[in-house]
Amino acid sequence: MLSPESLKKIDHEIAKYPIDKKQSAVMSALAIAQDEKGWLANETMNFVAKYLGMPPIAVYEVATFYNMYNLEPLGEYKITVCTNLPCALSGGNDVANYVKKKLSIGFNQTTADGKFTLKEGECMGACGDAPVLLVNNKRMCSFMTNDMIDQLLEELSK
Amino acid sequence: MINIEIDGQQVSVPKGGTVMDGAKELGIYIPHFCYHKKLSIAANCRMCLVQVEKAPKPLPACATPVMEGMKVFTRSDQAITAQKGVMEFLLINHPLDCPICDQGGECQLQDLAVGYGAGQSRYTEAKRVVVNKNFGPLISTDMTRCIHCTRCVRFGQEIAGIMELGMAGRGEHAEILSFVGNSVDSELSGNMIDLCPVGALVSKPFRYSARTWELSRRKSISPHCGLGSNLVVQVKHNRVMRVLPRENEAINECWLSDKDRFSYEGLNSEDRLTKPMIKRDSQWQECDWQDALEFAVHGIKTVKEKYGAGKIGALTSPHSTIEELYLLQKLIRALGSENIDHRLRQSDFRLDSQLQGIPWLGTSIAAISELKSVLIVGSTLRKDHPLIAQRIRQAVKRGLQLNIVNPIGDDLLTDVTNEVIVAPNALVTTMAEILKAVTVIKNLQVADELKEVISAVKVTDIAHKIATSLLQENPAAIYLGNMAQHHPDYTDILVLVQHIAEAAEAQFGMLGEAANSLGAYLAGAVPGQVESAGLNAAQMLGNDLKRTSAPCQGYILMNMEPEYDSHNSQQALKVLKDAEFVISMSSYKGTASTYADVILPIAPFTETSGTYINTEGRVQSFNGVVSPLGETRPAWKVLRVLGNLLEFNGFDYEASEQVRAEIIPEEKDINGRLNNKLKSFVISVTDQSNTNLQRIGEVPIYQSDPIVRRAESLQVTSDAATPRAWMCSALLDKLNISAGDKVKVKQDQGEARLYAACDDRLPPDCVRVVSAHSDTIALGAMFGEILVEKL
Amino acid sequence: MTQFTQTLLAGVDSSDAENWQLKNYARRSGYSAIRKILSNKISPDSVIEEVKKSALRGRGGAGFPTGLKWSFMPKQYEGDKYIVCNSDEGEPGTFKDRDIMRHNPHILIEGMIIAAYAMGVKVGYNYIHGEIWDTYERMEEAVEEARAAGYLGNNILGSNFSFNLYNHHGYGAYICGEETALLESIEGKKGQPRFKPPFPANYGLYGKPTTINNTETFASVPWIILNGGEQYLKLGKPNNGGTKLFSVSGHVNKPGNYEIPMGTPFATLLEMAGGMRGGKKLKACIPGGSSMPVLPGEIMMQTDMDYDSIAKAGSMLGSGAVIIMDETTCMVKALERLSYFYFEESCGQCTPCREGTGWLYRIVNRIEHGKGLMEDLDLLDNIADNIQGRTICALGDAAAMPVRAMIQHFRNEFIYHIEHKKCMV
Repeated sequence: MLSPESLKKIDHEIAKYPIDKKQSAVMSALAIAQDEKGWLANETMNFVAKYLGMPPIAVYEVATFYNMYNLEPLGEYKITVCTNLPCALSGGNDVANYVKKKLSIGFNQTTADGKFTLKEGECMGACGDAPVLLVNNKRMCSFMTNDMIDQLLEELSK
Repeated sequence: MINIEIDGQQVSVPKGGTVMDGAKELGIYIPHFCYHKKLSIAANCRMCLVQVEKAPKPLPACATPVMEGMKVFTRSDQAITAQKGVMEFLLINHPLDCPICDQGGECQLQDLAVGYGAGQSRYTEAKRVVVNKNFGPLISTDMTRCIHCTRCVRFGQEIAGIMELGMAGRGEHAEILSFVGNSVDSELSGNMIDLCPVGALVSKPFRYSARTWELSRRKSISPHCGLGSNLVVQVKHNRVMRVLPRENEAINECWLSDKDRFSYEGLNSEDRLTKPMIKRDSQWQECDWQDALEFAVHGIKTVKEKYGAGKIGALTSPHSTIEELYLLQKLIRALGSENIDHRLRQSDFRLDSQLQGIPWLGTSIAAISELKSVLIVGSTLRKDHPLIAQRIRQAVKRGLQLNIVNPIGDDLLTDVTNEVIVAPNALVTTMAEILKAVTVIKNLQVADELKEVISAVKVTDIAHKIATSLLQENPAAIYLGNMAQHHPDYTDILVLVQHIAEAAEAQFGMLGEAANSLGAYLAGAVPGQVESAGLNAAQMLGNDLKRTSAPCQGYILMNMEPEYDSHNSQQALKVLKDAEFVISMSSYKGTASTYADVILPIAPFTETSGTYINTEGRVQSFNGVVSPLGETRPAWKVLRVLGNLLEFNGFDYEASEQVRAEIIPEEKDINGRLNNKLKSFVISVTDQSNTNLQRIGEVPIYQSDPIVRRAESLQVTSDAATPRAWMCSALLDKLNISAGDKVKVKQDQGEARLYAACDDRLPPDCVRVVSAHSDTIALGAMFGEILVEKL
Repeated sequence: MTQFTQTLLAGVDSSDAENWQLKNYARRSGYSAIRKILSNKISPDSVIEEVKKSALRGRGGAGFPTGLKWSFMPKQYEGDKYIVCNSDEGEPGTFKDRDIMRHNPHILIEGMIIAAYAMGVKVGYNYIHGEIWDTYERMEEAVEEARAAGYLGNNILGSNFSFNLYNHHGYGAYICGEETALLESIEGKKGQPRFKPPFPANYGLYGKPTTINNTETFASVPWIILNGGEQYLKLGKPNNGGTKLFSVSGHVNKPGNYEIPMGTPFATLLEMAGGMRGGKKLKACIPGGSSMPVLPGEIMMQTDMDYDSIAKAGSMLGSGAVIIMDETTCMVKALERLSYFYFEESCGQCTPCREGTGWLYRIVNRIEHGKGLMEDLDLLDNIADNIQGRTICALGDAAAMPVRAMIQHFRNEFIYHIEHKKCMV
């Protein structure tokens, strides 16, 4: 179900917690599974539940509570733009609108080629670097301008 | 105790108690939704906000611990403002569909909205709509009505022991659901319906069939397992529409098993008999009672004349009332026979001559909650006694050590301290190992009659652990489940349990299989032992290897369906078909026409008065809640008339209470008659060299008695799934069978075709094939040799 | 430009890619506080005393005295105890903990080691905000370095003291910044706050006694141990000891983190942040993160940056996130975005917050889009009133306070929106 590399990473996370508290690793296990699969299918969550000895519904609760989990297939690159107030004061909405225009999609939409999905994000804890956007939950891009967005999209389109 | 003041009244609350506890003590009602006395405190609905002196903001009564001198105001301006504010929030997204909501009239939100809601809503935005869910055949949902109190979720986690529902998403988008639309399969699931304060979870079988105010509420007692759960049966137009729990902390608490709750559908089954029937010249015909009874009397007299009274036998289900059981035994004894039994699935009757009293639980049901160590032997506990399993689950949380000796490793949804899963024919050895461990630890002499068996076994590590648990943790108890009681070595197991219990100063007893497993003994529905030995159920049904010839020629059956209710269905059906004359007193047509000569329609428990004595010896009488269907008659009346027609003395009862008074006179205490101890019994070492496959053939939860077998909704739950031949993977490999293959399962002359399935918690060389199911009734004994072939 | 003593980021050079590493932290006298404690055999109680003397108050938002919190941990408790670092920095406007972790991670680790020593704790967790993956990775590396160097693990520096530290990565839920939600989250559950009492000091992570502090709080401890609590207190003002990182965002020329002593005038901080962008006029400021009441610019300019002064001005210091808004800012739109945030981030367990945050947002959204009614203003105020103080955690309050303050200070703007169905700015 998951690759040996992913399982190794999950095991590393499990080891952080007391032996009878494997459930503590569910957030990272889901994140690792998502990194491998791109999104969390029901069977993936079921697998994680079995792996950690949790009721599947408890895994589902977690997966639906934290908003960085993808519960449906998305484009290859998920671009999340922060539009919260501090970012908005420094052009967060302009960045979002520029990306929308460039990709011809709105929030929660995926480009026809399956390359990009655009999401509206909440505070990423990087307001000083506004405007910021996040690529696939991990790569944070700061002080975004239209030129930088052009560059980024070009790089990711390759 | 902590002294506080609520609304000017003084109250003392134990340390750690809450404001809600104090208010309840005073009889002050504080509105609430998420709070429930049996569930953990969530404090999420916020309806119970009250004013507490010196607190800067209102506090939830359910979660606020009492502190000395605390002054609480539940109706002050601050409290009422807070409560009204919460009510407004609860209502803004709640649909205004009360007229079509099943909860209407028994809805806590509706009730409280009257007191705390505003006449008009200030909310002008669009209301939330939640996609509806399917939780299976028992629970109907309308999740837009959900107020997110999470009682159902907490019930699953805490009481049922399995989290099947959760609250997914967050904020306004949070919703209660199961994982990918799974059904809710807990055997206690119906309690979620009771717990739901709104119409989000309602009963699917009951849905849209009546309004709560149209129903009359009548007290009754559950006819299923030995617990004797207290019921409220709700009736409309002389039909049972719904069954709810009647709270009794000592028995079912505020819960019901799904079996107790939903089996009522079987009462309204198409298969109900409404008229007596007789078989004349090989032709079945409906007739009036007079004809039927005369036909029956004639038939039984003929058998007596032809073969003697000793060739007449009576077999009754232990789900009958004591009045019915008593009159049946009175009738059979008046006929001159001692052949009567209710222990239809028992196979080992060697203990009969050794019994010193009536077998019973050995403790009260409530005492289970206080135990520190328990050993359960041979039981599909969750399925046979769902609420005892629940009680144990709660006790485990308080430190009870749960020890298991069982042929199957089903998940009890609680922590098990020690567990031995062994083949049925190794149960005796395992118990002997535990006894030996106890004697070694306590340095005790072994009773002479046990020396042989004790010297033949070694103390295993796990036996030592179980013995230690029973010895060190007090109070302790050992209970024998249905499988132990049906086991061919029941007597040996019981003797060993008795000695273990005595050495460990523990209580021991039986988990009563049926509503009247205990009452049937008291009513005398067991064969005579002393003056003239009667035939027991096994002998009457030809399941006793020592007697091969047809045991009886005339049978009176009461509430019994031989193919489902006997230890060996194949054999039982054959014996009855071969008999000359069979009277079947039953509520259902079933297949009685294939073996009976006269069929008398008798009332189920809802249509007659009667008494059940539960497994702890509690006498619980009830009245009929509806009048008998068609020409159905209460069995005690039928037996009275049969006695009269046979011109026996002492059958002139006016009321069932008179029968009861004869069984249990007012002044007589039945507790003195309860005793699980056997006089003395020599255990022989069983031969375990037999390497043939063994059957593990327990009774599935919804096949236990005629009523539940006809409860339509229960019959489509996952617990009623098609039987499979379960084996561990080693055995599957050995037989070259894969899980999912169709296999032929054979016992004696019978066979069944089933799909193979894998369960690595089963002992080696064992095949778990349930009994009492239409797919497996062609097979033989519940335990014993079995063959499996790949098709 | 004024130069202040720094306790958190002294000597830190974020332009140097290796500056964060242990060897460089050690050069900045890093890990000498824990060395001092262990070699001088300073008792745990003395450590707590020193922290009490410093008047260090929780830097996460609530401002609870740190030394006092530490003294709540049951000393005689036999079983496991935990310390947890709250690095789930998601309060809009706040980005200080991220800079501590990515530029000076070892100061946090050392602070946690000292805290663990003081409270007799063997295991700690650092819960890191979901969106800052690179910072999480940085912390993972730093913890490995510290472990390899013998600062984490068994018998630290040859003493009897053992402590292990693990990073836990969040995954996008603002509510996990609430300490009990954070504990639930570490336990592998939804981040739903717990009702208190019991408090974490008695019933925390896995039901064990637990102390939770903010990243900046822990990171302030090494300096206090090295220089003494009194010295730290002197950096700030009475009851408001030490220095603090302020995250300045919005309409300024140089948004970023500024470490200044408590009690520094707001005007000085604004000057450090390069002043107003484009020379525009300061209209409003949220001085403590988005949950705190907004204050008009003229009030802010008279205020000092410490707990007590800002409280006096009618808001709260909170997490020290200073959101600057100039005269072009539409306050209705600003409130709409913040209301959406709380609506989006409500965990959903308490009725007033679950149902009320959506209601607030929808009304503000209507007003912003020209569909507001005059009675909406009182309705908003009343709904906020019905949420505030009625929920398990402070998210309800956080959703309510901005609404009430915005309407209080900028009522005319809301009325203009309703009357003219458009913005006045």
